[in-house]
Amino acid sequence: MNIRSQVSMVFHLDKCIGCHTCSLACKNLWTDRPGTEYMWWNNVETKPGTGYPTLYEDQEQYDGGWVLEDGKLRLKLGSKKSQLINLAYNPRLPTLDDYYHPFTYRYSDLIDAPLGDDQPVARPISMITGEDMDIEAGPNWDDDLSGSPIYAANDPNLKALTEDERRRFFELQQLVYFYLPRMCNHCLNPSCVAACPSGAIYKRGEDGIVLVSQEKCQGWRMCVSGCPYKKVYFNWNSGKAEKCILCYPRMEMGEAPACMHSCVGKIRYLGVVLYDADRIEETASRPESELVEAQREMILDPFDPEVIRNALSSGIDRKIVESAQKSPIYKYVKQWRMALPLHPEWRTLPMLFYIPPLLPVTATLNQQGCYEMETDFFSSLESARLPIRYMASLFSAGDEEEVIAVYRKLLGVRIYKRAQTVGDISMETAQRALDEAHLTPEDVEGIYYLTALAGADERMVVPPFLREQVVELGIDTQAFQEERGAGFLYWPKRGL
Amino acid sequence: MDTLFFIAFPYVALILAIGVGIYRYFRHPYTYSSLSSEILEKRKLFWGSVPFHYGITVILLTHLLAALFPSAASWLLRGQIRRLVLELTGMALGLYALFGLIVLIIRRLAPKSLVQATTSYMDGIVLFVLLVQLGSGVGVAIFNRWGGLWYLDTAVPWFWSLASLHPDMSTVAALPALPKLHFLTGFVVILLFPFSRLVHLVMFPIQYLWRPYQVVIWNRRPAGTSPYSKEVSR
Ligand code: SF4
Ligand code: SF4
Repeated sequence: MNIRSQVSMVFHLDKCIGCHTCSLACKNLWTDRPGTEYMWWNNVETKPGTGYPTLYEDQEQYDGGWVLEDGKLRLKLGSKKSQLINLAYNPRLPTLDDYYHPFTYRYSDLIDAPLGDDQPVARPISMITGEDMDIEAGPNWDDDLSGSPIYAANDPNLKALTEDERRRFFELQQLVYFYLPRMCNHCLNPSCVAACPSGAIYKRGEDGIVLVSQEKCQGWRMCVSGCPYKKVYFNWNSGKAEKCILCYPRMEMGEAPACMHSCVGKIRYLGVVLYDADRIEETASRPESELVEAQREMILDPFDPEVIRNALSSGIDRKIVESAQKSPIYKYVKQWRMALPLHPEWRTLPMLFYIPPLLPVTATLNQQGCYEMETDFFSSLESARLPIRYMASLFSAGDEEEVIAVYRKLLGVRIYKRAQTVGDISMETAQRALDEAHLTPEDVEGIYYLTALAGADERMVVPPFLREQVVELGIDTQAFQEERGAGFLYWPKRGL
Repeated sequence: MDTLFFIAFPYVALILAIGVGIYRYFRHPYTYSSLSSEILEKRKLFWGSVPFHYGITVILLTHLLAALFPSAASWLLRGQIRRLVLELTGMALGLYALFGLIVLIIRRLAPKSLVQATTSYMDGIVLFVLLVQLGSGVGVAIFNRWGGLWYLDTAVPWFWSLASLHPDMSTVAALPALPKLHFLTGFVVILLFPFSRLVHLVMFPIQYLWRPYQVVIWNRRPAGTSPYSKEVSR
């Protein structure tokens, strides 16, 4: 076994209120520079919707991720040779039109306007050229289903539904949506890394964070096409690719990433998991229906003495193992099997997991205009407002059983807690719900606690990187004297 | 005058190209980039970048290989038909690249083009010099026929004399003005190389072909363990 540790995440979608605080925290910290205006390392999409950049999920158009060919993994983008041939012009690169033209307003118009009868208006200007422009699109143009005949109607995942189901979804009283916050998944089998011809993108051995070396990147733009999630962006000003760095400078100081720290709905969980790096390729080449389960299998039990011994001999620090034991990710993903990866069929083994939202599925009204949990429980999934197949297309490569199993747990926890606290459901019914969901009362308490009550340091278990302290306290200071550390020795300026 | 242009200048250009190129690579690796603007504009880029890059790559390689292996080149050019085919291919490739370059220039100059936001003065100079170089090259192909042949007896001996540090420009001194202009701008391009985006030429990532797909880098591993080793003892 070749055990590595990976900083991993869970987003609990029922709790996301779509406030975009996470996106702004990230923008203010990292992408507030010329060339990065249009980048949203973290963004929150309304689903159903076309996402950002538009239709990024349509891999027939973008050719991102991996495909299986004769049982072998291959970049959907094409062979290495074909990428070298396409360096001068990358046919699969999205342009600003697929994102949006970044804009701001000329606020001085408000102050400088001459005295008059009209209210002055700040004109929109381009953040690229500085000239007047007409705004045609922006990030989250389809927020809360706005413009749904254009956006939501074209969601690639709706292909999984029948004509009738799609029509029903767009009927006024049936409309339903939820939020999907997205960021780099820091995948175990990242196709952005594999697509980079100059070898500038790499995965950090210690924590699995995927980074772009700004010095090695030569602007060949293959990573942008290679990532099926479109989470590598091209900085038009510096001529380099940039992506989410999982706030590693913050984590090395013991703080959670800014998006997680600022999350208003407290939907975000973070922690390390241990996995077997020897199994990456084999796991990523499983048949589509086994991918979710195979990825779960790869994640190892940090309490198992055998795993601990192997982890230590693979060079993982005991403190990291301890941190993995406290990880909420292990509980949600492996122990309770409630969190699923987004689009596992792209075979990058994404390490950001989602607990699918319950509300859009169950909230069907009865004649009186309210819904009854007890009677709903055993039938609601079949009569769901947003068909389970839609969720399966997002979170389990189309395997409905996988998603239904999660929903049974979410419902089981609710019914059990309701029987306990409100008391309008009998304990037998609650027990029946738990049996169907394969949960014990202890599980329910654990899930309830982590979902509803846990504090920040239980939701976000930042592993003890503290590199400076490790050098000073634990190890001879001379040992790493030759190392330069991170960062530039000069101001990073666009080349001529 | 000729001595200045055909002996002193080539040396200056070459020394700067190599010296500054290496200095820039080690001191300012961040500035080595193709500086792509594809994300801002894609349609014209297709019609410009593809013909220009493919055309110029083949032409440049032919120039280089013929200069390195003149005897092989003269063997290839034996026979009227072969000569004709090669001459016409060269001309077509030259026109192909020239067409691409003109599209690229239009793309940069087009009013309201987003690409202007990333255009530096150096880009303008590079495009202009390349235009002169490619234009004069196509001109030579049209007006001074059978360049494939006389190239081997004029420019190539001159290159070799420069390379062997016994500069001798007698073979090129008597040529007409157009080929001379072509030679001169050729060295201007070399001079511009380390000071412009042309540096991306030497960065062609051929090593990608034999690199494993995944790249893992460790911040820190105990001494004596290689980054990829599986057995790490503590
Ligand atoms: S989500 Fe995309 S950018 Fe992030 S590691 Fe995976 S392939 Fe790379
Ligand atoms: S800050 Fe949290 S709740 Fe708000 S949009 Fe982002 S993920 Fe959702």
